[in-house]
Amino acid sequence: MAVLEEAKIVVEHDQCKGCTLCIIACPKDVIIQLSSFNTKGYHPVEYKGEGCTGCGICFYACPEPGAIIVYKKGAVVE
Amino acid sequence: MANKILKKSDSFYAVYDRKPGEDKMNTHYCPGCGHGNIHKYVAEAIDELGIQDRTIIVSPVGCSVFIYYYFDLGNIQVAHGRAPAVATALKRAHPHAIVISYQGDGDLAAIGGNNIIQAANRGEQITVVFVNNAIYGMTGGQVAPTTLVGMKSSTTPRGRAIENEGYPMKVSELIAALTAPVYVERTALWDTSSRNKAKRSIKKALKAQMEGKGFTFCEIMSPCPSGWKLTPAQSLEWMKENMGAYYKVGVLRDEIKTREPIIKEKKTVTSKEIQEVLGTDIKPSEHYPTNPEDRYKNPSMKFAGFGGQGVLSLGTMLANAAMEQGFNSSWIPSYGPEMRGGTAYCFVNISDKEIGSPTVSNPDLLVAFNRPSLEKFEGDVKPGGIIMYDSTIIDVQPTRDDVEILAVPATGIAESLGNIRCANTVMAGVYLAKTKIMAKEALIQTLPKAIKKKHLIDLNIHALEKGFEFIENN
Repeated sequence: MAVLEEAKIVVEHDQCKGCTLCIIACPKDVIIQLSSFNTKGYHPVEYKGEGCTGCGICFYACPEPGAIIVYKKGAVVE
Repeated sequence: MANKILKKSDSFYAVYDRKPGEDKMNTHYCPGCGHGNIHKYVAEAIDELGIQDRTIIVSPVGCSVFIYYYFDLGNIQVAHGRAPAVATALKRAHPHAIVISYQGDGDLAAIGGNNIIQAANRGEQITVVFVNNAIYGMTGGQVAPTTLVGMKSSTTPRGRAIENEGYPMKVSELIAALTAPVYVERTALWDTSSRNKAKRSIKKALKAQMEGKGFTFCEIMSPCPSGWKLTPAQSLEWMKENMGAYYKVGVLRDEIKTREPIIKEKKTVTSKEIQEVLGTDIKPSEHYPTNPEDRYKNPSMKFAGFGGQGVLSLGTMLANAAMEQGFNSSWIPSYGPEMRGGTAYCFVNISDKEIGSPTVSNPDLLVAFNRPSLEKFEGDVKPGGIIMYDSTIIDVQPTRDDVEILAVPATGIAESLGNIRCANTVMAGVYLAKTKIMAKEALIQTLPKAIKKKHLIDLNIHALEKGFEFIENN
């Protein structure tokens, strides 16, 4: 168990369809699209690794139920 | 600290096992499609309101036809445009359930136009989530009632023209013009703020339904990048600029706070009440105990012939008699548009247990009064079941060797009694004599209620006895 000191997002690459709506929505511009393909043939997105505030905007912009997980600051993770 | 983590709602299946194919983790929607967003908002609202175990979502026809792949709720998929009618039935049968009719604009505004207006006008206590993307998505981008003027579609290649297709239909305004709906709001998915409003709107509507406030309607403008032939990003801009200009976002009706709740309780109708409605139990019936063999107990039956042969009345007669004898029974007819001469059949269940579905796919008994019925339904009979056919009329024999077959010259016997129209009662007699599921007297008792023309009652009693004699003599 650990308490996160910084917010972050985790992208499930194989559930991402590369629509980029999260990138457009992100107010901090911390999501990028990868040039590599996932198993479905899409270019998935990825978190830059820093700058996420955990606002959750990308989560609600993303149409895929399981593609993005948002961990806010203080979230308890395994 | 669940609220510190935003992830797939509990109201979704963790793995979409119902989805065919290898991919059990992704929705079937195109990249950038708004259905996924709206699914997420619905699921999250259900989680937050704690109603997962009593929510039923009705899948429409359209791209969202497979909602039942994704939502871990009560699911039912229905005919095109009929979601509000089915939702009505679900809610009336289960007033405590939270019922969501999830529909697109082709389904709701075109094919189901009257269904939605009538459900709204009756003030059914359901929540309608209306996904408006101004096009028929699933079928390949045809014009919908909601398609914008000038907008190209596969069936309006030069753009929707007022002189041909009229003006785009403002469905929320139509619904809000009615008195009954308690909450009508139009939202959109084109940016963060509009998405938040869409999310709030769904939760507000569901909460109002929980409070028994009445009909709630959430229209959500949603992108269809594939149908619009735009990228997901372009879709958002196009939607805001064009759909947003014509379809104004906002609350069109909100009387949630002022409307008195109507709390309905689950109503069960007693068999006594059913009998009163049907007029089958005007006087207390006498009960005639019988003791059929186990294999004949609780039969599912199919009676088939052409209209006018008394196929449906035969079913009614047996179902009513069974009800008077204390059994549960069901009767459901199916017939062509002709009063006489078309094909007709009915399903009957008689059981000492509760009957789930009144339809019968594989009957224990098939009674066929004409050759097409025998040939069509013979294969459906359960192994070990019974096929009875009218051998006066049918000049072929059943081909099954794993069922009991009774060739009954019912029409011939009826003719010898002076009226071929009592062939059905002859069959009833044969069946009861064969299976002993009810006594002859049980049917005789109900005949005066089943037969409108009183002078025919004696004839039918006679026909019934002839049916019994047939079994005794064979």
